[in-house]
Amino acid sequence: MDGLDRFLTTFFNARIFARYLPDMLAGVWTTIWLAAAVIALGLSLGLLLACLRAYGWRLANFFIICFADMGRALPPLVLILIIYFGLPGLGLRVPGPLVLILVLGTVLAAFAEEIFWAGLTSVPKGQWEAGRATGLGFTQTLVQIALPQAARLALPPLVNRVLAISKMTALGSVIGVSEILSVASTAQSFTGSAAPLTMGAIAYVIVFLPLVVLTRLLERRFAWKV
Amino acid sequence: MQDFIRLFFNLEVMAQTLPLLMQGLWMTAKLCAAVIGLGLVGGLFLALGALSHRRWLRWPAFALIDFLRALPPLVLLIFIYSGLPFAGLAISPFAAVAVAFFLNNSAYYAEIYRAGIQSVPTGQTEAARACGLTTGQTLAHVVLPQAVRNVLPDLLSNTVEVVKLTSLASVVSLAELLYSANMARSLTYNASPLVLAALVYLVLLWPLVRLVSRYQRRLAA
Repeated sequence: MDGLDRFLTTFFNARIFARYLPDMLAGVWTTIWLAAAVIALGLSLGLLLACLRAYGWRLANFFIICFADMGRALPPLVLILIIYFGLPGLGLRVPGPLVLILVLGTVLAAFAEEIFWAGLTSVPKGQWEAGRATGLGFTQTLVQIALPQAARLALPPLVNRVLAISKMTALGSVIGVSEILSVASTAQSFTGSAAPLTMGAIAYVIVFLPLVVLTRLLERRFAWKV
Repeated sequence: MQDFIRLFFNLEVMAQTLPLLMQGLWMTAKLCAAVIGLGLVGGLFLALGALSHRRWLRWPAFALIDFLRALPPLVLLIFIYSGLPFAGLAISPFAAVAVAFFLNNSAYYAEIYRAGIQSVPTGQTEAARACGLTTGQTLAHVVLPQAVRNVLPDLLSNTVEVVKLTSLASVVSLAELLYSANMARSLTYNASPLVLAALVYLVLLWPLVRLVSRYQRRLAA
């Protein structure tokens, strides 16, 4: 019983939980608004790029494809360190939260572009032809006919990617953004106890479990249509 | 512009720090081998658990997968690296990273395997069983080869994610590629080593990313 007692006070110390609850709630709030900003930037930029790509301008498409490939091949932490530690050398100091939003938003945009584009290419050609034949312009056909169908196909992989990249806001702890992990690590070194880390892990599960459940629901909803 | 090139694309600094980065790359390679190998095996067992007919096996498997998917890998890593010593389990940075990312990726690989196994028609299993193969043989010789082929692009794309993920090991001072580059940056007061590390990741992963795109397009067509 002694061992279990020690385990509980090390990882689930109620006093420490209570003391750091306000800080942790502030961290949760930071994580949520950072994730919201990343998702907004990533999805809108990704959607815009996928639509531009549909116009088939060769030069523009070359750059879009390069952007999407680089965003998918580079680890986000490398980009974060380059911007956060590199730019001050040019006299340009970018605040941590902005670095995080810019990098993760761009990375999400790269994945989103590729997912939306895969959705667009799988819309049957006849849909496009029918749209044009009824007198719609190219842009109208794209927005009113192709996109709604592409978005349905893109939804499940998109939510998975949104989940994976929102979780990366934890990287903010490396550049001093006080989100959940950063609050937990600071509290851990102050108290010399592992309890704040447990608390941080619980906070993450509470914040992100709804998204995980959403991926399950979407999977079930779309399963029989494939 | 001159300053920009001197600070970010300084060839002299890059040449100077290249040996350090190559040592880091070797550590990255070892990490990848460990995490990919363990993750592929762990993921298969989790997937089989999640597909089991036995409730006491299926529910814990799903709970574990969803818990691991909700937890950021960096949080898992920090918990294992700085939390476990409090329980008297001191652990080396390499082991901490390997265990944390093994857990994280088992969940992701498990989801991919599960989708693959579910994509194989049940008639295949029934036919194999009717021919007298055992459950294990059916799985190994009939179901898994088809399942893996169906989800190859996803397995590949998750493997790219693993390689990128190993860069987080720099946070617990494991001297892999990114850690070495960041060390070189602080020694030279110059961001070129970080840019060089980015280029190394790009050279390694760009072909794989292209391959994933090509595969996915072929499936869509």
